[in-house]
Amino acid sequence: MEKDIGSGQVPTWCPGCGDYVILGSLKAAITELGLDLHNTVIVSGIGCGSKTPHFIRAYGFEGLHGRTLPVATGIKLSNHELNVIVIGGDGDGYGIGGNHFMHTARRNLNITYIIQNNEVYGLTKGQYSPTSMKGFVSPSTPEGALEEPVNPITLSISAGATFVARSHSMDLGYTKQMIKEGIQHKGFAVIDVFQLCPTYNKIINAQFFRENLYKLGPDHDVTHKVKAFEKGLEHYPKIPYGVFYKEEGKPTYEEGLPQLKEKVLVKQNISAVDISPLLKKFR
Amino acid sequence: MTEKEIVNDLSWKIGGEAGMGILNAGMMFAKIAMRGGLFSIAHAIYPSLIRGGHNHLDVRVNSEKIYSHRKEVNVLVALNKETFDVHKEKLTGGAGVIYDHDEYPIQESELPKKDIQLIPIPLLKLSNQFGGRIMRNTVAIGATIALVDYDLTLFNDILQQTFAKKGEKVVQDNIGAAKAGYDFVKSTLRHSFKYTLKKEHQKNFMLISGNEAISLGAVRAGAKFIAAYPMTPASSIMMTLAKWAQQYGIVVKQTEDEIAAMNMVVGANFAGVRALTATSGGGFSLMVEAFGLAAITEVPLVVVEAQRPGPATGMATQSGQGDLHFVLHAAPDDFPRIVIAPGDIIECYQEAIRAFNLAEKYQLPVVLLTDKYLGESYWSIEEFDTGKVKIDRGKLLTDEQAEQQQNYLRYKLTSDGVSPRAIPGQKNCMHTASSYEHNEEGHEDELEEVRIAMAEKRYKRFEATQKEFSDPELVGDKGAEVTIIGWGSTKSGILEAMKSLKRDKIKVNYLQIKYLSPFPTKKVAEIIKKSKKTALVENNQSGQLGALIKMHTGLSLDHTILKFDGRPFFPHEIYDEIKKIVKR
Ligand SMILES: Cc1ncc(C[n+]2csc(CCOP(=O)(O)OP(=O)(O)O)c2C)c(N)n1
Ligand code: SF4
Repeated sequence: MEKDIGSGQVPTWCPGCGDYVILGSLKAAITELGLDLHNTVIVSGIGCGSKTPHFIRAYGFEGLHGRTLPVATGIKLSNHELNVIVIGGDGDGYGIGGNHFMHTARRNLNITYIIQNNEVYGLTKGQYSPTSMKGFVSPSTPEGALEEPVNPITLSISAGATFVARSHSMDLGYTKQMIKEGIQHKGFAVIDVFQLCPTYNKIINAQFFRENLYKLGPDHDVTHKVKAFEKGLEHYPKIPYGVFYKEEGKPTYEEGLPQLKEKVLVKQNISAVDISPLLKKFR
Repeated sequence: MTEKEIVNDLSWKIGGEAGMGILNAGMMFAKIAMRGGLFSIAHAIYPSLIRGGHNHLDVRVNSEKIYSHRKEVNVLVALNKETFDVHKEKLTGGAGVIYDHDEYPIQESELPKKDIQLIPIPLLKLSNQFGGRIMRNTVAIGATIALVDYDLTLFNDILQQTFAKKGEKVVQDNIGAAKAGYDFVKSTLRHSFKYTLKKEHQKNFMLISGNEAISLGAVRAGAKFIAAYPMTPASSIMMTLAKWAQQYGIVVKQTEDEIAAMNMVVGANFAGVRALTATSGGGFSLMVEAFGLAAITEVPLVVVEAQRPGPATGMATQSGQGDLHFVLHAAPDDFPRIVIAPGDIIECYQEAIRAFNLAEKYQLPVVLLTDKYLGESYWSIEEFDTGKVKIDRGKLLTDEQAEQQQNYLRYKLTSDGVSPRAIPGQKNCMHTASSYEHNEEGHEDELEEVRIAMAEKRYKRFEATQKEFSDPELVGDKGAEVTIIGWGSTKSGILEAMKSLKRDKIKVNYLQIKYLSPFPTKKVAEIIKKSKKTALVENNQSGQLGALIKMHTGLSLDHTILKFDGRPFFPHEIYDEIKKIVKR
């Protein structure tokens, strides 16, 4: 295993941006798990945090805004031996990509999905996002946002994700641990990471994290879906983090496809596919 | 009957409500004709609903090669009164109407012509002896076979094969129902019928639709991943491939929407699998952004766009050619794409294979542009050779080649614009593909010179593709009075009209433009300049190919024959217009 898995590209995020920490924790997780970089694909969308694949010397795909999960699904089904890690912002995942989120979760592909949740649109300069708190004042909501925010935890659990966790960008070590657990989990793992965006989100700051976040204790039963959901509902003002829910042993989507049993799709020989048996059906 | 008998030239129509099994019945009749060594075509028109409405299906049969359905009807099977009312004007002299007199009587006085025979058959009563209403089709086909003096055993074989899975009782019920219809006509028909079918020398025929031919091409080309969202008239591609998926190790994924379908296909191609999506104009609208994604990431991509009339939902189950400009320009900014419009079944198969090869060789998106008529109609064709196919994966690196790479550049600037392509899983070639403009490594880069180099690189590949396409050819008469120009499925109507024009000793020829991007400018200009008169035939409102020709060659065509009622051309519509042009 190589020591530094950086690509040599240097991030240009704002000083104090939580994306640095999330990048650091992802790199550490990949390194500590000893994942082969050539067998790892990091898929992202569009947003500040979505630049992440460029900074790691694995395969990367920085696709369209909100379309991470379909791209990752295409990659995973084509070569299910790859480690497929998806990373993107809250706008990307819960907003424009919301439909894909819901459907990918229920498919339970063996994919890890990290959401850099800064509760704001960073790259487009500070508009409110689907996870912004009600009343959030932004350039597009000068009178304050009217909607209830998306709750990533309960959304993930109800949509069928089999690993649901939250971390925050002031704790690199814990975020790394969550990502590692997510990667090791067989199934669709969602890790929502509260992320500092000092430039556009003045509410979710270090003080807010210190005052409002608390770690789930060992008494929380991660295998109990209803209790996990209940914990997930605890949103404001006190916000729990850690592993909320974990369902082990559920077959993945890939495992449900007999045509993938023998070989990954990409390794099939396509040089001389014999279709003559099919012609008989048309006679 | 005094009139001369017409052998092996029959247009048969069956009509009724959705849910009456019109489509299945029509397919069976087309197969019965085909198995007797005759050419057949089946074309259905049905509304976008599951019960009710008016469905009808034409089967045209001939001993010679036919290209298109036609308007005239020689035998009309009316499963309800509406069918008779809607189609009676199409009945030819000597035609027959099979209907259920007990259920919906038709009076002689309702016939538009004198010499049409009403053939009342107790369809419901007879079908009730064998399993109920749903068998009325079977009875009616049995009756048709008796009427045209054809061979009932051909039908029995098909019933046997079709229903074998459902058990011997179902098979015997169907065979019984067919015989009941057959016997009824044989015992009640007062005089012989003008139109007859006679078995000919058995040919190696198959009855196949454009969508099925594309599906076969995709499997042959090695497509292993299909992601799609159901949309008529493209859905049968996904369903056909789903049927074959286990046998051929293919994954077929029905997605949450077309956006997901296209992005999944981009992901699969990025991972090195030949992947396909298929949709119609509305679905393609949702795919457009990811179509551009494939272009900028230089990921190979094949998409079938089976057109139906729009805008928006338009006419879901009808046909048209209104999306040519849309697919030529879909997605922001300039980038090259290959657009191929097959004109018949064999071209659907061959061009599908070509599409996969070109997509990989040049690492760009390829559109197969078809329509409902071509995609969902069935033609009998001689079984084609599926052996000789070259699979060309272009500059895709083998694992060994990849491992030897040093300082691998995914978007390396090369003389033909095509860069060596590595896929995840290969060592030493890790890179990030980005939807942003990027440099040779793939990293975001907006420097002016990088942008220009990359944009030019993308187009260089396009220029290189030109050599892949043969020039369009003129078929038909030398020294033609009119040169007909068209694309896609109008080929069938045009070729059929040309047969009639030949009979009238009118010299015409036909230029089919199959490759619309890159456009064969030089050859098309040359042909237009040399022709006496030109006539554009298109299934759209504005003459989109005409505009494209004008854009590329600066030349205008003399006449336009356009149809945009949602129905494909009847050959006589083209024939009539060409006659008028010749007279002018
Ligand atoms: C189809 C489309 N619509 C809009 C945009 C503009 N856009 C880019 S990033 C973004 C939102 C970014 O917010 P988020 O996903 O939360 O990521 P962050 O920048 O906060 O990391 C938007 C709206 C786009 N790139 N594509
Ligand atoms: S705008 Fe916010 S999310 Fe974007 S780089 Fe700056 S701090 Fe990070």
